[in-house]
Amino acid sequence: MGMTMTEKILARASGRETVEPGEIVEVAVDLVMTNDITAPLSIREFKKTGLERVFDPKKVVLVPDHFVPAKDIKSAEQAKIMREFAHEQGTIYFEVGRAGIEHVVLPENGLTLPGQVIIGADSHSCTYGAFNAFSTGMGSTDIAAAMALGTTWVRVPPSIKYVYKGTLPEDIGGKDLILHTIGLIGVDGALSAAMEFTGPVIDKLSIDDRIEMANMAIEAGAKTGIFPFDELTREWMAQYSDNPYEPVFSDDDATYQEVIEIDVTDLRPVVALPHLPSNTHAAADIHDMTIQQVVIGSCTNGRISDLREVAAILKGQQVHPEIRCIIIPGSQEVAKQATREGLTDIFLDAGAIFSTSTCGPCLGGYMGVLAEGERCVSTTNRNFRGRMGHRNAEIILAGPRVAAASAIAGKVADPRALPVAAI
Amino acid sequence: MRFQGKNWKFPDDVDTDVIIPARYLMTTDADELAEHVMEDIDPGFSKKVQKGDIIVAGNNFGCGSSREHAPIAIKAAGVSCIIAKSYARIFYRNAINIGLPIVECPEAVDDAEEGDEFEIDTDEGWVRNTRTGKSYEVKPFDPFIQDIIAAGGLMEAVAKRVREQGRVAE
Repeated sequence: MGMTMTEKILARASGRETVEPGEIVEVAVDLVMTNDITAPLSIREFKKTGLERVFDPKKVVLVPDHFVPAKDIKSAEQAKIMREFAHEQGTIYFEVGRAGIEHVVLPENGLTLPGQVIIGADSHSCTYGAFNAFSTGMGSTDIAAAMALGTTWVRVPPSIKYVYKGTLPEDIGGKDLILHTIGLIGVDGALSAAMEFTGPVIDKLSIDDRIEMANMAIEAGAKTGIFPFDELTREWMAQYSDNPYEPVFSDDDATYQEVIEIDVTDLRPVVALPHLPSNTHAAADIHDMTIQQVVIGSCTNGRISDLREVAAILKGQQVHPEIRCIIIPGSQEVAKQATREGLTDIFLDAGAIFSTSTCGPCLGGYMGVLAEGERCVSTTNRNFRGRMGHRNAEIILAGPRVAAASAIAGKVADPRALPVAAI
Repeated sequence: MRFQGKNWKFPDDVDTDVIIPARYLMTTDADELAEHVMEDIDPGFSKKVQKGDIIVAGNNFGCGSSREHAPIAIKAAGVSCIIAKSYARIFYRNAINIGLPIVECPEAVDDAEEGDEFEIDTDEGWVRNTRTGKSYEVKPFDPFIQDIIAAGGLMEAVAKRVREQGRVAE
């Protein structure tokens, strides 16, 4: 019986020949990550073991990103607990100014490799499936246990294969694909399963687009979202990491819980209306839905490729006078690159703000919290009630192009209806 | 363990943002978190919930973020047990790890009206609605998970293991 790529990674990491869906296995972890929201709890729990040292400081990463630069005294205290622990333990740590959003920073630093097992105390830790890793989010206590033992327990998930077919329109990105998929299957459509993204469309899809898709596997309830390893992955890894790795490939006779084919030929830019990521529509079908704010950034869409898409639309244009357009680079590196390429000037000239890297507004932390009755188009990943501020505010999820077009229009807008500048 | 209490009923897809909004995540203090539990789905819940009460919910309870603050807030608010049709996987692990009892029982959820009193026995694996008198079988925990519960939570199990490994003195 063949195995899927997910099963192969879990078999290897648990020292077994084979594993089957439903089995609980203890796997060695290659990387354990936590952030300023989840680390203080992890550290408190870790100390309960009586251990003085984490299992391997080179496999433990702490990234302050949610509420830093600290938005208030309590956040500063949380970040301090984390910083002190990182320095005391000698773990990998990215300070403000050299950091950014964890799921942007870790890959940039070559820390997330094909075939690895990566766990993080952040639900979007499933992002690294883009690189053919098994990666998943867990809570603080699970992460504390992994920091102590160097292992974690995983129930081997069933795999669901998504086959993307047809011709991908040029202006449709990973965000559109994953929102469309969640719209089809629902927010628990892949509950506790591994989403395996495949097909001729995926074969040609850029790594950044794959990252956007893997990142939001959790919004379908999945344990992880994983991509095949191919030439594009190899080229990407060569650019960012010198570390050795061993990719995995699904067997032809691997067993899938389900195979779902999705034709993308007629796909139009997608939005998810409040209050679930599965409430998807074509942006072109949403008329006269006025907004007050646009947020562009996050672990889903804060990469340089996203900012380039936004700049292509904002160049020479003006953000609508009643819109606050907040653009947040995913990392210091992204900010530097955007500045080198002249994107920062395009944003500022258009009347947008270009902030420091943070998760801030995505979870209603700071840097763009919504008032009662306000509506925001956001390239983030969740539009749950209260997520970005007041419980009676509304969040509309979209890719960077829809967000940029909406910033100009002052309402939910289809980028196909706008002229695109050449950068 | 056995629990008894009246229930507060919630729909499908209750996410961790409504269980404990991120604007309160600057603390890890359980009692402080409990003051805001369910605030964005049922404002005032923290005032009306009584010690021993039960939460009954639909599918995918606890979806969204990995914040362990969610089950911590529920537990500290006095909720003794959750009965849901299904749980989001991270919430499920978090609840087990911190010792918040949870059971899966779709039929009991379908039949429940808010305020119904339930008896739950997690060892014997049943749930009973005292208003209707109807009993339901509950999906038992995997033995591996039963061991975590028996140890008193994940970190207690880990602490025992590192002592056995000799990494920490007895």
